[in-house]
Amino acid sequence: MMTREYDFAVIGGGVIGGLIARELSRFEVTTVILERSMDVSMGASKANSGIVHAGFDAERGTLKARMNVRGSELMETVASELGVGYRRNGSVVTAFSDKEREHLLRLAERGARNGVKDISVIDGDRLREFEPNLSPEIKYALYAPTGAIISPYGLCIAAVGNAMDNGCDLMRGFEVTAVERSGEWFTVTSSTGEAIRCRAVINAAGINSDIVASMASPARFRILPRKGEYLLCDKELGGMVGCTVFGCPTEKGKGVLVTPTVDGNLLLGPTAEDVQDRDDVATCADGLSYVERSALRQLPRLPRGKVITSFAGLRAKADGGDFIIEWSERGFLNVAGIDSPGLSSAPAIAETVVDMIGNSGFRLDRKRNFDPFRKPLDWFSRLSDEEKSEVIRERPEYGHIVCRCEKISEGEIRDAIRRDPRPHDTDGIKRRTRSGMGRCQGGFCLPRVAEILSEETGIPFLEITKASGGSYINKSRTKGD
Amino acid sequence: MKKRKLICIVCPRGCEIDVTMSDHGEITGIEGNSCKRGETYARAECTHPVRILTTTVRCEDGRLLPVRSSCGIPKERLFDCMEELRSVTAAAGAMIGDTVVRNILGTGADIVVSGNAGA
Amino acid sequence: MRRFECRLVIVGGGPAGMSAAVAAYEAGERDILILEREHTLGGILTQCIHNGFGLHRFGEELTGPEYAYRYEKSVKELGIKYYTDCTVTGISSDRTVSAVSAEEGMFKIQAGAVIVATGCRERPRGALNIPGTRPSGVYTAGTAQKFVNIKGYMPGKEIVILGSGDIGLIMARRMTLEGATVRAVLEIMPYSSGLARNIEQCLNDYGIPLYLSHTVSEIHGKERIEGVSVVRVDENRRPVPGGEMYIPCDTLLLSCGLIPENELASGGLAMCDVTTGGCIVDQDRESSAEGIFFCGNVLHVHDLVDYVSEEAAIAGRAAAAFARGDKRGDVNISVHFDKNIRYCVPQKITSLKDTDIYFRVKDVHRGATVCVNVGGRVVSEQKKIRLAPGEMETVHITERMLAENTGDITVSVIPSGV
Repeated sequence: MMTREYDFAVIGGGVIGGLIARELSRFEVTTVILERSMDVSMGASKANSGIVHAGFDAERGTLKARMNVRGSELMETVASELGVGYRRNGSVVTAFSDKEREHLLRLAERGARNGVKDISVIDGDRLREFEPNLSPEIKYALYAPTGAIISPYGLCIAAVGNAMDNGCDLMRGFEVTAVERSGEWFTVTSSTGEAIRCRAVINAAGINSDIVASMASPARFRILPRKGEYLLCDKELGGMVGCTVFGCPTEKGKGVLVTPTVDGNLLLGPTAEDVQDRDDVATCADGLSYVERSALRQLPRLPRGKVITSFAGLRAKADGGDFIIEWSERGFLNVAGIDSPGLSSAPAIAETVVDMIGNSGFRLDRKRNFDPFRKPLDWFSRLSDEEKSEVIRERPEYGHIVCRCEKISEGEIRDAIRRDPRPHDTDGIKRRTRSGMGRCQGGFCLPRVAEILSEETGIPFLEITKASGGSYINKSRTKGD
Repeated sequence: MKKRKLICIVCPRGCEIDVTMSDHGEITGIEGNSCKRGETYARAECTHPVRILTTTVRCEDGRLLPVRSSCGIPKERLFDCMEELRSVTAAAGAMIGDTVVRNILGTGADIVVSGNAGA
Repeated sequence: MRRFECRLVIVGGGPAGMSAAVAAYEAGERDILILEREHTLGGILTQCIHNGFGLHRFGEELTGPEYAYRYEKSVKELGIKYYTDCTVTGISSDRTVSAVSAEEGMFKIQAGAVIVATGCRERPRGALNIPGTRPSGVYTAGTAQKFVNIKGYMPGKEIVILGSGDIGLIMARRMTLEGATVRAVLEIMPYSSGLARNIEQCLNDYGIPLYLSHTVSEIHGKERIEGVSVVRVDENRRPVPGGEMYIPCDTLLLSCGLIPENELASGGLAMCDVTTGGCIVDQDRESSAEGIFFCGNVLHVHDLVDYVSEEAAIAGRAAAAFARGDKRGDVNISVHFDKNIRYCVPQKITSLKDTDIYFRVKDVHRGATVCVNVGGRVVSEQKKIRLAPGEMETVHITERMLAENTGDITVSVIPSGV
């Protein structure tokens, strides 16, 4: 078999890899995304706060500060082109004491130096005028109206999908085990022995980016996985806060935040725990109760018993602290250590990476038929009743609701299965359509969703999985057929 | 004399019934039941316990049909009946009330279709 | 987009919706439309293939599908209209019902009266906040029931069940009969929340152990669930040392309570009761939204479907009367209860007539008196051998009790020996 050849291989189908691939797809070059999982967005991109930070956190002069501010500027356009839910809801950092106020002043100053617009420190009463549910104990708050929220996996899936629409390839289940150079070409090999050849490698392997980096040349950095646990609350609570609310930062990060999500839920988290295991995304009782306690401090009236799910993600923090965006050798670019504010910075990182590639002698000619737009995943729910009826007349499956909590129709599910990057498991459908993401968490719709997935893909019903691999939904038939 | 405590399964009340038996296994007293059916249950439970069996059978037309036994099946025969029903197929178009198996394994119970839905 | 009028729209074609429809028809209403989201009438009963239904309502023991069929037959024989595969997306306070189906597209019905009978759902893993990994093989008991009884698939072979709710107990037996091994049923409370008869015939019959005051503290397994950590808990549900176990399993079923599926009301349509999770209603099951009635498990979770049908018939008759424009009651009596009771339904009385008040207790009582007091006077006292949170109780209020006394109703449970 001929080994496939590309100009660029992007290792890692997360939000960083996805947006880089999309940027590259603007040009007359060939690109492949190599993803170790069976779906994209399976690392930090699917389990984070979904915040587009205003940019006052990072120290001036760091890559983090520069990328964050620029990324935040670009995000609105990127989200709108890709049809991803995005809302500039503003963010606040709360202070419960005069000592914490000093911290706010330092953040405000830093924010101003970083170029964050319209940032100010307000007192508690002023804050509670627009956030009446926040604690009466809060004395001051830093207010940054440019803070925003976005669906992180929505952005990643749409970026990869748009890159694919513009000619990029995606290889799944491709866990890179070797990167070898011979002359002007790299050969990238997977754990299953598959191989591709390419002229340049972009290492966006997230949590494993140090391991991938060391395949080419001794890595100059190490990834220190940091686990964050979250609680997602029912949409009933989605309106408890309008802004994203941060506590004063601690040495472990920005602390626990309370934020609405673009889908209308309320998200609480994360914890910050340094861990060794790079696959360990289990939650623990202590972590979850810490998140709840911290959120209650900000929102004393937060009702109990409204959590619909909990999850954990691993942030790929580099030992140096700052993002790493650099050539380790000719043709091998590390884009690593992208922890917070990585999501916010992603569009700027992608822009920077493509600039670096152009400046290093690769020829990048603009593609004439590049289409930056992608039909939103939730295009149907954005229609008016009259328009929906029109669609249903043409395609009756849009009139048949499968997920009763989120009101997702069979048509939307089938549509999502047919679009790149195609989901192969029920979690993949959940991230694309929200079917199963509501308050019953798939209790009612899972059997039907699994059936539709089987019909659309030809995967036998018994082989349908929750998240690929051995995560089978069912074990056997009750009656032999 | 032996005493046995039972929870009645005849109705949702779940009465606690005390059964007294002689050394020869004769029932000499039944207490705690609130109705006649409870007494019948207690008597049966101490001599030859039976249970209604409910399960599914595959239909020739592809549907999975719910079925039930028309009366109690001896407890110790339930798994045999399940095994028997594994290879039974209901006739195409079978509807609620239709008998699928007569006198299953000689227990005296028929297996009857109990519903029309099914995938 | 199609718009039309209908005198009585019933949301949900399960045991509550069908019973309400039949009762409304018998009360003289002919313009009735049932909207059912599934492909068939019957609601959750279609997957409850076990027996144990109908003793109270029909005097014989039926399976779930048989019970549903009795109502389905009446609905069809009476010529009551119904749409299946049709989801209601909203109800406004002027009784406009918005719905969607493949045949009709999006459509709106201006209703004379509305009955909401949408049932309940199970508490999922997330709501229980069980820590650990997120593998496949963790299902609510009802999801497993659908896989086994409707689709014909076995979710797994080595089962642990968390929660001793009736569906969990029923599934313990069902999976055992289909060849699975149920390793344990764990209940966080010191008593079971299921019926005693189900402990007997679903667990004891098959030697399945029930661990009271135990819960799952962590879920293990990366792709498919591989096991659970189990802890013993004290009366405050806090883990106590010495009770830890690891139980290997390939499936964890959750049977940890049911929640009214009250989305159509909770968006601000009608006032809700935080304890039941359903709406606040009067003796007719009419909510604070005029002409909009609630019945069955969407109002409060019942222990027996027989009572669901009974309650739905009340709502059906009352909704028919409302659609006719009958004169209404004009009293305003609240139903209060003491600390031993978790909730009462109805929560208020607006018309002087005989009424059953359903209630649930907070704890298990062996021997207690249920006392009803109207306007400060004791009007009834009833001795009970046993009261348990898993079992719904009723007290009967007569029109005379209300006519002869002025003031609110208070229901109390006085444990014996106090």
